[in-house]
Amino acid sequence: MGTYVPNTVKEQQDMLNSMGYSKVEELFSNIPEEVRMKRPLDIPDGLSEMEVRRKLIQIAEKNKVFKSIFRGCGAYRHYIPSLVKQITSKEEFVTAYTPYQAEISQGTLQAIFEFQTMICELTGLDVANASVYDGATAAAEAVIMCRERKRKKAVISATVNLDITETIKTYCSGTDTEIVTVPEKQGRTDLEKLEEYAGEETSCILIQQPNYYGQLEDCDAVKKIADKNGAKFIMSCNPISLGILKTPGEYGADIAVGEGQPLGMPLAFGGPYLGFMAASESMMRKLPGRIVGETKDTKGRRAFVLTLQAREQHIRREKASSNICSNQALCALTASVCLSVMGKKGLEQAAALCISKAHYLAGRLCELEGYGLVYTGEFFHEFVTTCQGDARRVMEGLEQHGILGGYPLQGENSGNILWCATEMNSKEEMDELIKILQEVNG
Amino acid sequence: MELIFEKSKDKRGCDILPSCDVPVVEPDGKYLRRKELHLPRMSETDISRHYTELAGCTYGINNGFYPLGSCTMKYNPKVNEETANLPGFLNIHPLQTAHTVQGCLEVMKLAEEYLCEITGMDYMSLQPAAGAHGEFTGLKLIRAYHRDRKDDKRTKIIVPDSAHGTNPASAAMAGFSVINIPSTKEGYVDLEELRKAAGEDTAGFMLTNPNTVGLFDRNILEITKIIHDAGGLAYYDGANLNPIMGIARPADMGFDVVHLNLHKTFSTPHGGGGPGSGPVGCRAILEKYLPAPRIQKKEETNESIGRVKEFYGNFLVVVKALTYILTLGGDGLKKASENAVLNANYMMNQLKNTYPVPFEGPCMHEFVMSLEELKKETGISALDIAKVLLDYGIHPPTMYFPLIVHEALMLEPTETESRETMDRVIAIFKKVYEEAQTNPQGLWDSPKNTPVGRPDEVTAARNPILRYTF
Repeated sequence: MGTYVPNTVKEQQDMLNSMGYSKVEELFSNIPEEVRMKRPLDIPDGLSEMEVRRKLIQIAEKNKVFKSIFRGCGAYRHYIPSLVKQITSKEEFVTAYTPYQAEISQGTLQAIFEFQTMICELTGLDVANASVYDGATAAAEAVIMCRERKRKKAVISATVNLDITETIKTYCSGTDTEIVTVPEKQGRTDLEKLEEYAGEETSCILIQQPNYYGQLEDCDAVKKIADKNGAKFIMSCNPISLGILKTPGEYGADIAVGEGQPLGMPLAFGGPYLGFMAASESMMRKLPGRIVGETKDTKGRRAFVLTLQAREQHIRREKASSNICSNQALCALTASVCLSVMGKKGLEQAAALCISKAHYLAGRLCELEGYGLVYTGEFFHEFVTTCQGDARRVMEGLEQHGILGGYPLQGENSGNILWCATEMNSKEEMDELIKILQEVNG
Repeated sequence: MELIFEKSKDKRGCDILPSCDVPVVEPDGKYLRRKELHLPRMSETDISRHYTELAGCTYGINNGFYPLGSCTMKYNPKVNEETANLPGFLNIHPLQTAHTVQGCLEVMKLAEEYLCEITGMDYMSLQPAAGAHGEFTGLKLIRAYHRDRKDDKRTKIIVPDSAHGTNPASAAMAGFSVINIPSTKEGYVDLEELRKAAGEDTAGFMLTNPNTVGLFDRNILEITKIIHDAGGLAYYDGANLNPIMGIARPADMGFDVVHLNLHKTFSTPHGGGGPGSGPVGCRAILEKYLPAPRIQKKEETNESIGRVKEFYGNFLVVVKALTYILTLGGDGLKKASENAVLNANYMMNQLKNTYPVPFEGPCMHEFVMSLEELKKETGISALDIAKVLLDYGIHPPTMYFPLIVHEALMLEPTETESRETMDRVIAIFKKVYEEAQTNPQGLWDSPKNTPVGRPDEVTAARNPILRYTF
């Protein structure tokens, strides 16, 4: 049985005796008899480190690791620079708590300050927080930030990832904010319908760029509609795409949010990932969660602290801007190290590789009978095609070749496939995919 | 210390990605970024050194004693990190078909099963990403339950004034109004106040037990009965589960829903503020409202409160917690709890004659000292004491919490500290107390040995500088 208790049984007994107790049970005298457990926990006996590691290896082996992945839908496989894991495994970063004691937490605090700066740079906005749980909760928090007494409708495009929209709905279901979904047209937000749905009760309009289908939205048009109605404009963005795509700041967005997982985090069956949030300065005090600020210490040296805490739950309690306490600090550090190693050039290169590979893959797929692009607009690294035969079955057929194909869409798009390509997919690998699909097509 | 941006040099950088092996495509110009992008331009050597320098200015559990009350800063076993880094977990897409992710599902199923056994609950959801996220989710279950019964007048959540700030904040976020009730002078739930507050509009009651002064509430069955008799549900905040594993279970105390903090009780690291994991357990009556998607069920119920985040939760954190549970086993978990309580009592007994402990022991896994008298006598506050401890290489206890104790310092040594570590710390605490009497000026100037001294927080909030300007 493994244990992390250093004191020996004798030492434990000595400590008890020093307090005038003879048994450890006496320390639990406050617990009423009726609620005490009368039997041991029904959990197997403990294991040695070697056994437990073997057991987990056996469990992990029951998963299938694909050599080629053409699936995204909110979780993307990118190259993770070698330095990332080394830095984010440093015990000081891994085992520290939230930096409440600034004097011995300057490392964590400065890393967050640098992260906030990088998120502002990526999004083109003024201020960013220290992170939230993931891209979906970031979007939900952003919608809540926009709440106003007379504006009770949040307008969300149908081209936003449904997981995000559903999370927003859960977050808003207890409040008086109503969620209105604008339909899509040709895989993009239906702007005519958006004009129609937006009004003086609209608190915000949320668009995803690139959207769920990989299409690029006309965010200038959306911004105009938001402005006309006095509504806030929220953009949910892919951080890699911001290496080359127009920033939320340039579009005039009030808030930018996104899933930071592509910045150095493994797929990991969906988490932990990273929610990032940036906003224009006027919304600074409505941002949820931790924010790090620069100040000086008693000797005039630069120092970093958790700041603007008057927004937070430990001060404001039920009047706080959010209940968030723990965030995803280590994931934010991961993103910072990843962006530092990639640099501007590397991020631009990653974005350019993504878009080029996706277009190559789309072109090759369209050579196949029964496959064609469903939408005609410009796209980044995801796109939708039709499929020859049962999409699910065709994708399952690819599994035997070690390939995770595109995602078989559901609902109205049932039968179609959402594909993704990143810098990880070589030309050779894509050609191989086409060859196998040709064989399946027979 | 210089910021990474201040160390940047033009034309420097790392070469990470290959050149493009397919025709290069660019989007239409109207979609392109015109705004300059400032990211570090540095060699790998200098990036590596930058972060090593930052790590050197960060205090983790491996650096020393970390008795941060309510945060359960126990040792984070390294085997957990190893198992969470297995390629068979790291490289799994969350939208793979079920038959290719049987290992991940087994991890989640085992974790759910063991956490249910530890809490006595019937069902568990691993989706919430942190404690506060779990609170929000649990409260949504309570809301869905009353709504389903057309009991719409239940709009209030009762919270004792000793609660963590997240409790009332989560209740407000879940759409409830909050009724704060005072605690007794012994730190327990005031039964009379609770009876007065509970009624037809009560949706639920949130409690941390052992409570935030480190005492197990003797009246717990009476408390949950008052809530149930009023038609409300009882919510257990699992922040303080560490002392009762295998000893008492929230379900047996009468609670209906519970959240756990895997990053506290189950030894997963805090990462400087996350990622955590805040599973929510509930009784069978609440099962159908649990967040979707669920693992075992093929069909989702319409009654689900919906999704609270992407995918299925902070999966790798769950792998770490499961590794911990498998390592300790049922008996080991109980021993961990016993030793957490033993260590806390040992420290309390050694310190209580120096620093007054306002609540009669024995305590559970943590205890609160009040420095109110010391402050009156010497002007030295809880904050000053905390700052001196930094110079001794100790992370200070939680300060100024719970709010019901003035000048509070809350200590939680955890079970992973040895007697000699505690003896050393006890001696330091006593020495600092003497210094407060004899040389208060020296304490006000603390800390002296840290990379920076006390920061000016007022200016930071008044004139916020939240990013580097290029």
